[in-house]
Amino acid sequence: MDPLAKAFIQARHSGSEPFDKTGPEKSEFPFSEPDPALIEWLKGKLHQPPPQPVALAPKLQTRSLDFYYGKKQALKNINIEFPEKRITALIGPSGCGKTTLLRCFNRMHDLYPGIIYSGEILLLPDNRNILDSTVDPIELRMRISMVFQKPNPFPKSIYENVAYGLRLRGITNRKTLDAKVEEALRGAALWEEVKDRLKDGAYNLSGGQQQRLCIARAMAVAPEIVLFDEPTSALDPTATARIEELIMQIKDKVTVIIVTHNMQQAARISDFTGFMYLGELVEFDTTERIFHNPSNNLTEKYISGQFG
Amino acid sequence: MTDFKKFTARRRREDRIFKVIGIACTLVGLLTLSVLLADLCWVGLKRIDWQFLTSFPSRFAERAGILSAWVGTLTVMFVTAVAAIPLGVAAGVYLEEYARKSWLTEIIELNIANLAGVPSIVYGLMALGLFVYQFQFGRSILSAGLTLAVLILPIVIVATRESLRSIPIIIREAAYSMGATKWQTVVHHLLPYSAGGIATGVIIALSRAIGETAPLVTIGALTFIAFLPPSPVTGTFPFVSFEWLKSPFTVLPIQMFNWTSRPTQDFHVNAAATGLILIVATLAMNTVAIIIRYRIRKRIKW
Repeated sequence: MDPLAKAFIQARHSGSEPFDKTGPEKSEFPFSEPDPALIEWLKGKLHQPPPQPVALAPKLQTRSLDFYYGKKQALKNINIEFPEKRITALIGPSGCGKTTLLRCFNRMHDLYPGIIYSGEILLLPDNRNILDSTVDPIELRMRISMVFQKPNPFPKSIYENVAYGLRLRGITNRKTLDAKVEEALRGAALWEEVKDRLKDGAYNLSGGQQQRLCIARAMAVAPEIVLFDEPTSALDPTATARIEELIMQIKDKVTVIIVTHNMQQAARISDFTGFMYLGELVEFDTTERIFHNPSNNLTEKYISGQFG
Repeated sequence: MTDFKKFTARRRREDRIFKVIGIACTLVGLLTLSVLLADLCWVGLKRIDWQFLTSFPSRFAERAGILSAWVGTLTVMFVTAVAAIPLGVAAGVYLEEYARKSWLTEIIELNIANLAGVPSIVYGLMALGLFVYQFQFGRSILSAGLTLAVLILPIVIVATRESLRSIPIIIREAAYSMGATKWQTVVHHLLPYSAGGIATGVIIALSRAIGETAPLVTIGALTFIAFLPPSPVTGTFPFVSFEWLKSPFTVLPIQMFNWTSRPTQDFHVNAAATGLILIVATLAMNTVAIIIRYRIRKRIKW
């Protein structure tokens, strides 16, 4: 298992800060009896900061998050931390609130009347509660991109789709736009297919290509987090595989949160998994543990296909 | 088995009977229009020539023409479009995208639906009091254009809202998720994507306005006009003039109505010719609307 991921979860379980104070577990020591030379070495180390791998920092954190559609409570006391530059999957049966939770993070719910948030969602490292009334959701959405369930390119050219976010951010220089559009399309593994027809309508692309275009559009603006809302549910297996590959590639650059109805997908691509049921976060752990050794009975039943 | 056969045959007969009735009903509408068109052509077509299009009305039927009428129709339609399009589109965008659902917006929506059904002569009465007397616009092109603009405003609003509503929610969400404001979403996406639908609605509204007579008669357009409004382009600085807005006018349907009320048969020929031109203009506008809608549907399919 990825030692960083393990450390992140351990820190979370012990309630301490996840940034530091992590160390190797006892069982990982390669000896059973203390070696005098080692003790000397350790003494020397005491005067230095302990050698640490660069620990996983959380990028987004919720604290007792509740969410209501009118009177109906859709999320109950959600506490979760999303580690930076890792893929975290949210799984659970339909109606468990995973998409609702995802759409809290860019305050997409604000577009519709009658919704209530309570609790906190902290965007790190700023440590700012994005539900605060002083936070402008427009500004928030400049930092957090989203890819939707159904490919939804604008009925404009391929180029304009990718350039749109850049234009919104005030970039008008043609050369800069060209370069960034190309970079984003390359990043989305679409450049080779569309480089000769950038002026063509985005609707001429296949469904899988459209979804990769949407990923390019989301990535072109160099977001800190990308939210994926069941991005492959409308695609065939080949297109799905390409999108999954792509998501695994972009995690070097961004924090990824992906909602999926497809458990195997979560197992294949994510580093961490949260299992939700009836508006609650039942279990959150490394993907390996969720799928091989879940601590909650309900998680195990869901993973093994006994319901859902 | 035979029972079923009999039973089925009876039910099939019902189908056939309705088919015949249906065709007959469709033909009533179609035939009426074609007979009307044929009759107008029969009587009026030979009267349409260069002289007819470039002459003012006259006491003598054969010397009379529709120059002032078609210029009047054109200028009034221009004022109507300039006034009704921005107002109607803005109201439609507000109601569809900005207004939160409340009892107030419900009432406004109900009223807009009702306004579309108000008899046009009532708009004429309103215009007479408001534009002609209150605002002192007189019996002018401006008054007429604004009157017809108010008349078609509900149609433009409804057309705008319908075509905005046909844009899927996920397109709006895509724009918002990129960090667009509401205004940017409207200007960059919603208006361009609904432009075809709005244009179709506007053209159909204008083709209704072009034939309107009653409200213009009410504001006093039923007069003998043997001159053109002053030119909008002048030889002296600032080279544009809005004097034409204040000019008295006549329009095609009023000219037609005027001629039909004359006893002489020759004037009736003039009326038929004018009617033909009016129908052709209306059909042409509707054709343009259909073409626009067809092309938009081919280009953008959600």
